[in-house]
Amino acid sequence: MSTLAPTDEPRAVGDTRRAGRWVFITATVMLMAWVLVPIYLLFVNTLSSPSEVSGFPKTGLPSFDFASVEFFLSFSGVARALWNSVVVAVLTMVLSIGIGAPAGYALSRFDFPGKEVFRMVVVMTRAFPLPLLALPLAVMFIRVGLDDTALGLAFVHTVLALPFAVLITFSLFSGIPIELEEAAWTLGCNRLQAFIKVVMPLILPGLVASAVFAFTISWNEVFAAAVLTIENRTLTAFLVQSLNVSPLHLKFAGGTALVVPALIFIFAVRKYLFAMWGIANR
Amino acid sequence: MAEIIIKQVAKSFGTFQALHSIDMTIRDREFMVLLGASGCGKTTLLRIIAGLETPSQGEVWIGGRRVDHLPPRERGIAMVFQNYAVFPHLTVFENIAFGLRMKKLPQQEIDKRVNRTAELMHIEQLLKRYSGQLSGGQRQRVAVARALAMEPDVILMDEPLSNLDALLRLEMRAELKGVLAESKSTAIYVTHDQVEAMSLADRISVMNGGKIVQNASPVEIYRDPAARFVGSFIGNPPMNFIKANRQDIGRWRVAGLDLYGPSHGASSLEFAIRPEDLTIGEGGFIATARVVEPLGAHTLVTCEVDGKPFRAVLDSDLKVAPGDVLTLIPKPDRIRWFDPETLLAV
Amino acid sequence: MQSRFLPYMLLAPATLFLAVFFVYPFVQIGILAFSSGDGFTMGHIQTMASHWKFGTALWNTVLLTAIIVPIQLALALSMASIVTKLKTGRSTILFVFAIPLGLSDLAAGIIWLAIFEQSGFLNSMLAGLGVIEQPILFLGYQNMWVIFAAVVLAEIWRATAIMMVILVSGMGLIPKEYYEAAEVFGASPWKRFTKVTLPLLRPSLQTALILRTIAAFEVFAVVVALGGTTLPVLMGETYQWQFTMRDRNVAAAYAMVILGISIAATLVFLRLLRVPKEARL
Repeated sequence: MSTLAPTDEPRAVGDTRRAGRWVFITATVMLMAWVLVPIYLLFVNTLSSPSEVSGFPKTGLPSFDFASVEFFLSFSGVARALWNSVVVAVLTMVLSIGIGAPAGYALSRFDFPGKEVFRMVVVMTRAFPLPLLALPLAVMFIRVGLDDTALGLAFVHTVLALPFAVLITFSLFSGIPIELEEAAWTLGCNRLQAFIKVVMPLILPGLVASAVFAFTISWNEVFAAAVLTIENRTLTAFLVQSLNVSPLHLKFAGGTALVVPALIFIFAVRKYLFAMWGIANR
Repeated sequence: MAEIIIKQVAKSFGTFQALHSIDMTIRDREFMVLLGASGCGKTTLLRIIAGLETPSQGEVWIGGRRVDHLPPRERGIAMVFQNYAVFPHLTVFENIAFGLRMKKLPQQEIDKRVNRTAELMHIEQLLKRYSGQLSGGQRQRVAVARALAMEPDVILMDEPLSNLDALLRLEMRAELKGVLAESKSTAIYVTHDQVEAMSLADRISVMNGGKIVQNASPVEIYRDPAARFVGSFIGNPPMNFIKANRQDIGRWRVAGLDLYGPSHGASSLEFAIRPEDLTIGEGGFIATARVVEPLGAHTLVTCEVDGKPFRAVLDSDLKVAPGDVLTLIPKPDRIRWFDPETLLAV
Repeated sequence: MQSRFLPYMLLAPATLFLAVFFVYPFVQIGILAFSSGDGFTMGHIQTMASHWKFGTALWNTVLLTAIIVPIQLALALSMASIVTKLKTGRSTILFVFAIPLGLSDLAAGIIWLAIFEQSGFLNSMLAGLGVIEQPILFLGYQNMWVIFAAVVLAEIWRATAIMMVILVSGMGLIPKEYYEAAEVFGASPWKRFTKVTLPLLRPSLQTALILRTIAAFEVFAVVVALGGTTLPVLMGETYQWQFTMRDRNVAAAYAMVILGISIAATLVFLRLLRVPKEARL
């Protein structure tokens, strides 16, 4: 908390002000280092040869030896796990937007009995430890033949992503004045045409961002993935299940494989971070 | 032919009754203004005619066709919204062409109509721009052009000028009047601005509390308010009202004056006069000037008559100071009387 | 028009989905945890509770949460205050602060493994500084508290961002005028923070705390990555019972415990940080 007080512009002149400024800058830089250095160290390990990874002491500089990465990529099961992760994440993305966006639209555009109840249920889902759903669903999936499938896991990940999809699309739609739709109706559109010609083009960037967000939620999820997949393991499931048997350089390359796409996604949707988390969590 | 007939239209939102059984006929190519304070139901009525709101009961007929069960696109209407609702992802050209494309008109016809209406609204040089690059006034023009390009039977306008600044509003008002006079459309225009209503309308419907209080020409509304509400709502400053006690048949005592009035059975009425219908002379109301506001051409004097505020608009040549005692004579042909029970004109 | 039924049609898929994949499974967990072949039983709960790891797992989970969440709250408030004060470089710094938000807990565990493992960067640094001769085995069962500390660090590192983003957007909703008014009346920066920011931030604090506390009870992958099964936590035990011991019922019993403490924590925060309707922004 010591960083807080000096962050306000001090009213005292001269030294105090300059000192405050320095504390502020130092705090900012240190916090940035706290976030960035660990990621950098992971990358250093990934870009070092296997012997360097288990060597000691380390220099903290990468040797740009790609042996670890090659080892990881050619390791049995990795390519498949990567592919499975992508499939599950894409399915999650499609399901959560496909199911969530209509609900978000309904919440934003209509007043109807039951609206608040639905909103409450959606908000409430976050008060539950959702990965636990995987336990009973494992049984149910065996019964209906969804066990160990990408679709089955995508259903669980969609439960995780759906509340966000609903609340985010709700706020996206609420940002489009209803008059734009009404104007389209008076100009000859039916509801669907007005939606496609007017609303869609306007919310598309936000919709893509929330889709990417759903993708990331699925991409990162560990527990349900580990419970529900055996043969068709995702990357997280693969890594968590082979942690105690795999060599260090495999773990670090795997960690990087998890981190890099997530970093790219976060960067791609950075403009929407607040719409995603800030508003969705009100 | 696009005569609009509204039969016993009512609308309630939950327990709130927004409209009470409205009956109204708007003649073909007439310019009708719905005037009232916010919350009086005027916008709800307009939206019911547009098809954006479903009436709780009643019928809406446009051009001999019952339309209250039809969606907006099948009613032959076009609408100008208060916030313009210019599509931000389309150019001005595409905005104006939007409805024409929905009608699947040939490109040639679309070009022709867009160019013509753009010219009419003086926005031909803006056709390639997006709404974000336009000023409020320009957006307003696009919204009107978009509606006109549809060549609708009925053009509906919901406070279209209220977001413009005063000068622009004056300019657009005159332009709108000219443009709509030349179009073949019947127009319904919602506003809370009485000056706008007066200057634009063929007829004005004054609304209050979800009911139509008076439906008449602007001059009639001003001169012969059908109800006390209209007199106090229209005109700036509004009408003066003084309690009148019956002396004899057709003789009323008003603030110390004996006046001839209606032969009404009630023991008391309300005497009403507009502030500009007062002159200074002998044998009028004894009024003490309290506040004097020179307005240029005229001077607004707020006086006290019978212990109540009473306004007079006087020639600015007259020198009046607070505290002066004036005698104000009402012009006999401009005196109106209202029943204090029914609040209607007598 | 069709608009009376339209909203329900639009909600139907989401409602159906949540019924099948959210409500039904949670009921199932309850049934699994409390029933055997012939009706109601407390047997699974007893099996769970009498297992020697249960007490440790519960204690570790609660202790981790009790340490992690308050530190995160303080850190997130500091970050959010910095971000809201910034004039230049705001979006860049905000983006950097928010990066861990997008990372998997497993990835976070692996990242901190790179630091804490025997040939890792912490040992390298200590050796470089001449503090130690030989690398120390930090993450062994002899050094349980180091594993614990590593998990705390990794969790703080990974999950403070989410709190920060919620708080930043909450602070964005507080009108500047309140601060100006407070300043005019002579409140110091610290007073402004405690008397204006914190009270008005209550709804955001509530959400952030609930979200983070529940997630902290679910801590799993970070622990597995850093300590394997050396440091038992509730979620890890659930996984063990489901897979290694192949006893779904006891796994469900564990799930009920996690669910129970999650709901309890939610209710506590809802009560503690309640904002009366009239006092909302």
